[in-house]
Amino acid sequence: MADTTEQVPQAAGTPKDARPIKLACRNVWKLFGANAANFIRQRDGKASMADVAAAGLVGAVRAVDLEIRQGEIFIIMGLSGSGKSTLVRCMSRLVEPTHGKVEFEGKDLLKISDAALIELRRHRMGMVFQNFALLPHLNVLENIAFPLGIQGQDRPTREKRAREVIELVGLRGREHFYPRELSGGQQQRVGIARSLATKPEIWFLDEPFSALDPLIRREMQDELMRLQTMLHKTIVFITHDFDEAIRLADRIAIMKDGEVIQIGTPEELVVNPATDYVAEFTRDVDRAKVISARSLMRACDGTEHGGVVAPDAKISTFSASIVSAGKPFAVVNGSGKPIGEVTPQAVIDLLAGIERPGASA
Amino acid sequence: MTVTASTSEARSRPVQIWLVVWACALAAVLSVFLLQDRLPWAVNYPAGAIVPVADWVSALMNLIKSNFSWLTRSITAALGVPLDFALNLLAKNFKIGRGADMIILPRLSWVGVCIAAFLAGRAAGGWKLGALVGGCFLYIALFGQWTSAMLTLGLISIAVPFCIVTGLFVGIWAWRKPWAERLLISPALDLMQTIPTFAYLIPMLLLFGNSPVSAMIATAIFATPPMVRATMLGLSRVPSEIDDFSEMAGCTARQKLWRVLLPSARPALMVGVNQVIMLALNMVIIASMIGAGGLGYDVLLALRALKVGEAMEAGLAIVALAIALDRLSQAIARNHAQGHVYQEVSPSFWRRYPNLTLAIAILAATTLLGLLVPAFAAVPKAITFTTAPMWKTAVSWITINFFDTIEAFRVALILNVLNPVRAFCEGFPWLGAVFLLGLAGYQLGGLRLAALVAALTVFCAVTGLWEKTMATVYLCGISAFIACLVGIPIGLMASRSDRVEKIVTPIIDTLQVLPSFCFIIPVVMLFRVGDVTAMIATVAFAVVPAIRYTNHGLRQVPPALIEAAKVSGCTKRQTFLRVQLPLALPEIMLGVNQTILMALAMIIICAMVGTRDLGQEVFIALSKADSGRGIVAGLAIAFIGIVADRLFNAWTAKARARLG
Repeated sequence: MADTTEQVPQAAGTPKDARPIKLACRNVWKLFGANAANFIRQRDGKASMADVAAAGLVGAVRAVDLEIRQGEIFIIMGLSGSGKSTLVRCMSRLVEPTHGKVEFEGKDLLKISDAALIELRRHRMGMVFQNFALLPHLNVLENIAFPLGIQGQDRPTREKRAREVIELVGLRGREHFYPRELSGGQQQRVGIARSLATKPEIWFLDEPFSALDPLIRREMQDELMRLQTMLHKTIVFITHDFDEAIRLADRIAIMKDGEVIQIGTPEELVVNPATDYVAEFTRDVDRAKVISARSLMRACDGTEHGGVVAPDAKISTFSASIVSAGKPFAVVNGSGKPIGEVTPQAVIDLLAGIERPGASA
Repeated sequence: MTVTASTSEARSRPVQIWLVVWACALAAVLSVFLLQDRLPWAVNYPAGAIVPVADWVSALMNLIKSNFSWLTRSITAALGVPLDFALNLLAKNFKIGRGADMIILPRLSWVGVCIAAFLAGRAAGGWKLGALVGGCFLYIALFGQWTSAMLTLGLISIAVPFCIVTGLFVGIWAWRKPWAERLLISPALDLMQTIPTFAYLIPMLLLFGNSPVSAMIATAIFATPPMVRATMLGLSRVPSEIDDFSEMAGCTARQKLWRVLLPSARPALMVGVNQVIMLALNMVIIASMIGAGGLGYDVLLALRALKVGEAMEAGLAIVALAIALDRLSQAIARNHAQGHVYQEVSPSFWRRYPNLTLAIAILAATTLLGLLVPAFAAVPKAITFTTAPMWKTAVSWITINFFDTIEAFRVALILNVLNPVRAFCEGFPWLGAVFLLGLAGYQLGGLRLAALVAALTVFCAVTGLWEKTMATVYLCGISAFIACLVGIPIGLMASRSDRVEKIVTPIIDTLQVLPSFCFIIPVVMLFRVGDVTAMIATVAFAVVPAIRYTNHGLRQVPPALIEAAKVSGCTKRQTFLRVQLPLALPEIMLGVNQTILMALAMIIICAMVGTRDLGQEVFIALSKADSGRGIVAGLAIAFIGIVADRLFNAWTAKARARLG
């Protein structure tokens, strides 16, 4: 097994238990239908899918437990109808959960007053929407300054802040355009800028790039990563695109029929899929880009090393050099001490898609 | 293929059952008709059993009038202030003081108003629109209709803001409270829009007297419903994401409504505003019967005296005003929907609103100039035209040269079409009609619809209005039928050729804008008074939706389906009959429904040219200020409309559900 003592910041696979929990769902249910609240209370928050169906209810979100830690990109991934949109709306109370707790920094969000909720949304939450949800009657500057105006900030203050975020998302010069005059990608930049104007701590992105064409989507994903390295928000990101999830995620929760079936880093999902359903998603993934040296290494057996790699280095970053070197690479931790080695054969097997028992961790 | 075969087999049995049911029902009604010597009470409603609803309503109105005169008087006084201001400003001059000390402040100069209209048009839609709007006003001035037109405009300018504000708030309320919408607002709106315009006038006349104020109140009530509907529609169509966004931005309920939802719904709201303006214009013309004055009154006087030339002139001025107001408000609606072109916010008023400032300056300057130069104050006689003699000559020329042809056409129509249908309708047993309509309601929409339809029909009978009701149904039915016969083929042609559509669209747009009054004038010139005139005017008025919906319905059939039909080897005819027509049918039926409702509204107004139906009943009640009689007849008319509308809607909904 991998050594757990070394510290490499900001990398997938590192233990994040040190970071505080920002938002948590505790056995959250959202059922639609008559008497849904009674139904789930009588069962103490436990019901199978068959129970729900037998009661004539529709289970949009069922028994969801998850914890989102400060500063991570947490992706909720599922196909349409899997309940991911409802779940994220439960987290912000746009949809009132039928049962369970949603904790924001340990406080139950479902118990706070309307005034407190408004205050929370105004200052600490931001949200980006699939179809942008820009106000058609306001120009870019006014759209971005809108949430600040709602808080009662005066025009110079809010426009100053709006110009800052316009700069941040690279929309300078378009301040006075109306949404209909912008391309889809630009409109979503406005949506992103608007949600960042209030300096939120937690940032909900509801399929933000799904309405964009593939090239623009790619560009916007890079843009999001760039922003995140500057801002370190806690991000809850919804998508139906597994490749997008792999690209962006620290951790991914996979949903099906209202349930979360697995939570883990992209690498964990690829290496250890919990169900066939998850395996089906991960099958076409470029494994070399997801799996790191740590997962592929074995104990050193004394052969000569052709180079060194960090445990979190993705295979794709050194596959060419290890194959051409023809010798194993040592996997070294932060202090330069070898903790194992990766053989060229293991890399070739991975690239060729050959499964060998014991080859992966 | 197997799937369709099996479903049609499954469906064919209930269809056959209904066929049998209908055959039995028709046989039963026929036997009632044939046995009318034995069962006279089933054919003609017995006079002894008439429920005196009219008397009850009269008593109620009198009670209100005698006990609440303080209220109606204070309403009159309060509404009179802004109204007088608007009328004085535009048409009448301000008179301050009395007798020798009287100071007269002049009304706005006609030159100024024309230029202001031009500027408004230019600001909203460029030079072309400016020229159109300014030209319409200039036309009104030069053809000597200025004062009347400005009286009409003054009434509209006060009634419209009132309608918009009321409609907005009622719409918001209905949107927030679904129960209120379902139980209160929707039925009220349906009733308000199907009650004939005349019927509104009677209680207003009774409560508020013969004055511009009562005309304004009637106008406001009549023109508010589209604003309520537009508000409800606009709010419910705001994308749910925008709703979510406003929640996430931390909007309070009030901020959400006023700063997010209503502005997002602005395109729909502006459509409502346009409709309010056009309906208000229509109603102000009709309300001239209870003291609105203005262009409508000129038409009315001229028609009563059979001065066709004068009626035509005033009618054309109404058309000019209608076109100007419609195009202007539509252009403003479009601009609002698209947002403004950005301009640096400037501190000084005139920089921010250059057109408005210029218009105010020109109005002030020309009005002041009017004190010195009379030509600016009133349109000088020397430059006005009159076309009345021309119209008169034209009409006499036509009647002299074509009298025989027209008369032959008229008589043939009466003898061969109108009279037989009329005899059939008026002889139709009332019980049979209730039964058959109830059955249709049951088949199309279940027990509730059947009960509603039957109850409304029974109302027409028990109030003793059966014969007049059937007279209305006959004229309205024939007119709507002919309108569909004319309109649907035109719509068909328009859907097949872009060139035809390009020609037809502006014509039906204009027809739709014209107040109903205007349709009577040219027809009455040729066919004099009577059912034929009423029918032709109604057909011209009601043909628009038949054309529009047919065209739209056929054009919205997905091209992929037509391609699929072609690929599977359909001929053009088969494609049309098997694919396009079935898919467009619900939309076409919607158009037919609209045509019937518009025909009904128009038939009532045609009481002015001497029909003998419910409209005449209302018309007589209006002249006698007999509120009970008028209101009951008005309700009967509304019920005809509601019965037709509900049955058609249920049918369309069924057809839609079948198409998925």
